[in-house]
Amino acid sequence: MTPAARRGINIVMSGVAALAAALVVLPLLVIFGFLLWQGASAVNVDFFLHLPKPVGEAGGGMANAIVGTLILVVLAAALGLPLGIFGGLYLAESRDRRLPWLARFVADVLNGVPSIVIGIFAYTVIVLPMKRFSALAGGFALAVIMLPIVVRTSEEMVRLVPSSMREAALALGIPEWKVLLRVVLPTARAGIITGVMVAIARVAGETAPLLFTAFGNRFWHQGLDQPIAALPLQIFAYAIAPYDDWHRQAWAGALTLIGLVFVVSLAARVVTSGRFTGVR
Amino acid sequence: MSVVAIPHTAVRTAPRNLGDRILRGVLRLAALVLVLLVAAIVVEMLCTALPAMHKFGWRFVVTSTWDPVAERFGALPFVYGTVVSSLLALLIAVPLGVGAAIYLAELAPAWIRPPLAFLVELVAAVPSVIYGLWGIFVLAPLLRTWVQPFLGATLGFLPLFQGPPYGVGMLAAGIILAIMVVPFITAVSREVLLAVPNTQREAALALGATRWETTRMAVLRYGRSGLVGAILLGLGRALGETMAVTMVIGNRPEVALSLFAPGYTMASVIANEFTEATSDLYLSALIEIGLLLFVVTVIVNALARLLVWSVGGPVKAIRE
Repeated sequence: MTPAARRGINIVMSGVAALAAALVVLPLLVIFGFLLWQGASAVNVDFFLHLPKPVGEAGGGMANAIVGTLILVVLAAALGLPLGIFGGLYLAESRDRRLPWLARFVADVLNGVPSIVIGIFAYTVIVLPMKRFSALAGGFALAVIMLPIVVRTSEEMVRLVPSSMREAALALGIPEWKVLLRVVLPTARAGIITGVMVAIARVAGETAPLLFTAFGNRFWHQGLDQPIAALPLQIFAYAIAPYDDWHRQAWAGALTLIGLVFVVSLAARVVTSGRFTGVR
Repeated sequence: MSVVAIPHTAVRTAPRNLGDRILRGVLRLAALVLVLLVAAIVVEMLCTALPAMHKFGWRFVVTSTWDPVAERFGALPFVYGTVVSSLLALLIAVPLGVGAAIYLAELAPAWIRPPLAFLVELVAAVPSVIYGLWGIFVLAPLLRTWVQPFLGATLGFLPLFQGPPYGVGMLAAGIILAIMVVPFITAVSREVLLAVPNTQREAALALGATRWETTRMAVLRYGRSGLVGAILLGLGRALGETMAVTMVIGNRPEVALSLFAPGYTMASVIANEFTEATSDLYLSALIEIGLLLFVVTVIVNALARLLVWSVGGPVKAIRE
């Protein structure tokens, strides 16, 4: 093949790859455009402050669903974060033989388990014994989904802490547990917070595991042992309902949800920017 | 050979400090809880699915009657729908995802890589229900009025493209799934390509290869198994994806050859019917579908992880 032909192929293939990359991100722009176009007109003060109106009445909002999503996320974080961060610390620091490998593998596998299956699990262990859909069951399901993400990012971030820091602290005679909790963990803090935020962004938009755990509710939060509204559930219910007004509210809800997710994702970026070069 | 006697305490690996021991215990407990949690998922689902497994046996996955009233359950239409929609999604997503990863890791100018990689991350961060919403109100009408009539007119001699254009159906599900899994395939493939040692590239470039030739001969070949792993991870996602598919596939438990026809998937039937399951056997049958889904995705993911680890090593978390 002549050099010119090889250069030509090089240019063509670069173009093809660039086109593929453009097509991968195109849906983001298209969907975001539609959300702004359809959702912006339905977003108003009522939407953020009011309960849903009964079927057939126009107006009303999703305030309860927004609050519900926040409650569920906080609940999931309270259940999932301590376990996840300690698990990550264990994976990074332990010198045990088999358990770290197994736990790492299990975390990666759990990460790939469909969220609806996690929902079934939460249903059988919490909803069935309590005989009632509840915020608690929803929060538990979301916590299980968060767990592997937090474990793996915490591990990765703890590993990035230079061993010279550990050695310096140990050389001063500080016991290992203090070194881990007071030197290693604070150093990795920014990275761990990023992992936490990525996990929160992921579970805030989860719908499937909430269908038969949190279940949804058209009223304000009534206690953790009661069904609770969530923004993704409300969007789903409104999208498949036959009312135009509900469709408009579904778009508005989607715009709110994606705003929430993007803000958290962006914040996760800002937290780590410039801290560790190893973090992507 | 003379062995110097070492005092027993000096080789002991267990920490002597009480605080150390407590922290070790707590950390080990956290890892154990993680492992036990997954074990509990398996056990719980097995127990609740047992009545259905007992009653229907292997016929469960090969019969296609789904009649909650008569309590006769066969999951074939759901298995079929899940497999076909996922394969359709991969057909679209694999060339795009791997191509985009090659661009991001090898061919793109350096300044464009970080923002583009971030955009790909954002595509993955869009919640499923929003893809579903967009699918119902934008994609399905688009397919119904333009794409399906066109495909029917040009390729209508194939059984794949026959039947009335509903918009919602297998084709819509496949396209939505493709959009959703492509960022995962791109992100993991990119990490795999970045894990290929630079000496590979330098050797090829030193021989006078162009960038594309370097990529094709030195990088892709080295990272091949990792790329297969990335594709399998995408497949795992597609198999278990629930909301967006439920909203656009049409939810009809039938095995139809045409991609225009409505279908149903394993995840969607659970999403739609779980809260309506009135009898224990009905619930048990739905949970058995969930268990099947779990087992299949675990196998696919485990395989994918091992393949991806074979290139990058297990320690670097490949984030999804």
